[in-house]
Order: sequence, then structure tokens, then C-alpha cells
Amino acid sequence: MHDMIKPAEDYLRFLGEGRFMIQRALESGRYVFYPRVAEPRTGGALEWIEASGLGTVYATTVQRSKPPAPDTNVVLVDLDEGPRMMSRVDGIAPHEVTIGMRVRARIVSEDGDPFVVFVPEAPA
Amino acid sequence: MSEAFPRGRTAIVATATHAIGEAPGLAAMDLLAQASIKALAKVGMTPADVDGLFAQLPVDFVSGLSVSEYMGIQPRITDNNRTGGSAFQTYVIAAALALDAGLCDVALIAYGSTQRSAPGMAPGKPDPFEGAYKARYPMSAYALAASRHMHDYGTTRDQLAEVAVAARQWANLNPEAYARGPLSIDDVLAARMVCDPLSLRDCCLVTDGAAAIVMTRADRAKDLCARPAYVLGGAAATSHNRIAAMPDLTTTSAVESGKRAFAQAGYAPSDMDVLQLYDAFTINPILFLEDLGYCAKGEGGAFVSGGRIAPGGALPVNTNGGGLSCVHPGMYGLFALAEASDQLMGVAGERQVAGVDLSLAHGNGMLLSSQATIILGSQATL
Repeated sequence: MHDMIKPAEDYLRFLGEGRFMIQRALESGRYVFYPRVAEPRTGGALEWIEASGLGTVYATTVQRSKPPAPDTNVVLVDLDEGPRMMSRVDGIAPHEVTIGMRVRARIVSEDGDPFVVFVPEAPA
Repeated sequence: MSEAFPRGRTAIVATATHAIGEAPGLAAMDLLAQASIKALAKVGMTPADVDGLFAQLPVDFVSGLSVSEYMGIQPRITDNNRTGGSAFQTYVIAAALALDAGLCDVALIAYGSTQRSAPGMAPGKPDPFEGAYKARYPMSAYALAASRHMHDYGTTRDQLAEVAVAARQWANLNPEAYARGPLSIDDVLAARMVCDPLSLRDCCLVTDGAAAIVMTRADRAKDLCARPAYVLGGAAATSHNRIAAMPDLTTTSAVESGKRAFAQAGYAPSDMDVLQLYDAFTINPILFLEDLGYCAKGEGGAFVSGGRIAPGGALPVNTNGGGLSCVHPGMYGLFALAEASDQLMGVAGERQVAGVDLSLAHGNGMLLSSQATIILGSQATL
């Protein structure tokens, strides 16, 4: 099964089905993102697994634009499973995103393929 | 096993820069050739004397072949390794090994770019995992690193601005530098924001320009150059490509490249008389000063404050004005090497640091991804 992995194709298909899937190494149990055909370092087999969608902002920037184009946010998010990914935090102003903020994944689609953004996680 | 780098057995014997600023109507290759011919002429050579070619152009993936063809070189060794702006430091390592092994006798390392007059990189396929976020590379990646450094260590925008101001003060001593004139901390802070926390003045220039250096074995170097820049050590390290895959955004693999290069050279960081640290953004020299061992992790911002790395400061850094105020035609690594060599050769004019016997040129590639450190020394250090 794992030797059938087509990283980009599978990832985007899952997103199209509304599922944010990452990978887990069968042997070590470590999680992997971005998707690959094998685990880094060990070369071990990977399986797809649905991400919890929860994470913490590790770094953030506001990309300034010439008005009327809006400023945009780019973040690195540490997923609760371990891997770090690039993304964007929606639902608040770009400059209000802070390091350490708890966020939850959401799948959106703009001009093309679906992709994962994050929104602030409401405090429990 | 310890690394058997051929310490002091090869040297940089000539350097040249060309067309720093704007060179409309010329191609990157034209500039590369002019810089190369200029450097070779300083040691009485022509392109036909070159038998080891280490060359790169911004959008030419077979530059080793096209540069050979254009200049009429039939190299025995060809290398156009692409690790980003640090590639030129990796060429010095490869050239030192090849020269020492007798695989070539005259190595030419060259680069040219018209990024200002004719911008454009080869359009790649969008990254399926990151393309949607429309990150503005490379600025956004360095902004993310700066944001994390500020969060973890309390580094301030004023401290970042110190790096830009020091670079400008050095540039004001360099007639070839593209950006000259007064620049204050307040000017940097008040400049248009690009990617928070970086303003326009925290970002390197976009210029045209070319550079070339010539290397030979040490026995020949003495006859070619009054003060050859002997290659005492060279080491490279890679930690990632995408910024999201960088293990810790506040620590680069310069920790490793520096440690290995200093071990090869047999000198400590504090022995260096002058440093060239690839400054694509103001956060870079702060990271590299920490990672190469000039101050503890997190203290880089305080370290550069009060003009410490500016003219008249305790530690001269980026004495040509750097990528921030002298030249940055897409990649800067070779300009750092040329300036490190010129300082050692004692030919840096008004910006010459007195009594340079040890000179370091550190290259950075892509998004803090590749780090490569070269240590050069005078005859007295052999």
C-alpha cells in the first residue's frame, strides 16, 4: 500500500475530500509533513493519517501590500503531531497573529487546488 | 576522522568585481566574462590559462558549459553546484581540493547577474504544498526567522537597524558601492515595511554585478601576487531547503560550517581580523555572529549595537558595504570572498582594515538553508 504513495496527488485528493492528511512512519511512528514517498533519514515506509488539525504558531510575518491590495499573513505552524508547515492564519487581522497562538486547520479553496489555512482556536 | 583539508596549500591570487549597480544592455554572461578577464589580467593570465572552472549564472542550469564556451575555456574540472548564494564558498572548497590533487592548475570562480536591469528567474512549477500561501521569497522566510529571534531573545528592530547602518557607513568608504549617503537607525525604522519586522532598509539591494576570483596552488601564488590569500579552511553545511523544514529558525548550520572551518584553519573566531557575513537581510549577520561563535545565542542584537561592526568599531564586518549597501545581484557569496581577499591583500583602499592576517568569508544560500565558511590567511599564518 505504502509503495503506492503519490505524495502531491494523494495529498490534494484528500484535501478535495475534506480531509487534512499527513504521514506517519510505520516503523518509528514519527509524523512527516510535507508528504513524501519515504521517511527522512530512515527511508522507512509511510502511511497516510488524518491530522488532528491543531497546532501552535511558531513564527509569523505580515506581507505588506500597496493599497488597495490587502496585507497578507504567512506563518509557520507546529502541528500537534510534530511537523512544522507553512500556512496562513485567517479570521483575524494579519498583524494580530502572534507566536504561540493556538490554531485549528481549515480547508479552503481559492483560485485552484484546495489548501490548509488555520484559524485561532477558541479558548476551551 | 578529522577533515584533511589542504590547509594553506592553495590561495586566491586575484579578485575582480565589475558593473556593480546597473549594466543595461548587457547579459549576465557578458558581465561574468568581463569580471573574469579583469581578475585573470591581474596575474598575467587569460581565459585560455584556466583549466578549472567554477561558474554560475542566475538562470542557466548548465552555466559550467556555457561559460566555458563563451570564454574559450576547456576545463579539466567543471562545477556549477547550486546551493544558492553560498555556492561560491563551496567552489573554493572544491577548487582547493582539485588544485591540491593536481586535477587543475588554475581555478576560476565567477558569477554575473543583471538582476536589476533584466530581472527574472526561471518560472518553476508552483510548490504543491506551499504555493497557495503566496509567500514572497526570500523576504518572508527571513522575516519569519527575525520574528522568532525577537520572540525568543528580545531582539529589537533598532538592533536589526544597527546592521544596516554599519553596512552603509562601510559603503560610504567604498566608491564602488551602489547605495551611499547618510542612513540612520531612524531612517531604517521609518522605511516602508516589507515583511514585518523587516523594512525596506533591512533588505539587501537589487543590483547588477559580477565578480571573479582566481586560485592557484601556494607554490605558484607567491610569484603571482604580493600578498596571496591562502585558503586555510573551508566547510559547508546544509539544514533544509524550505523554511518550514528549518529545525530552529534562530540557529543556522553556520554553527557546523564555522566549527569545522576554524578547526581546519587552526584558529579561533576571535583570531579573525575582519569578517564578511552574507547579509541578504539585517537578521543574517546577527545569526551568523552567534552561530560562528562571536557571542552567545540570542545576544547578536546587543553585540552589533553601538557601532561595534561599523567603521571604527571593535570588529569590522562587511567592509565593502555588504549586500545591504554595496551589491546584491541575486547572489552575493562571491562578493564576500572578493572583499575578504582584498582585505588580506591590503588593496581595499579607504576601507582597508589595518594589519589583516586572517579574514573570513561566510556564505548563506537560499532561505538560511546552506551555510559555508571560508577562512583565509596571510603568509604569516601558514
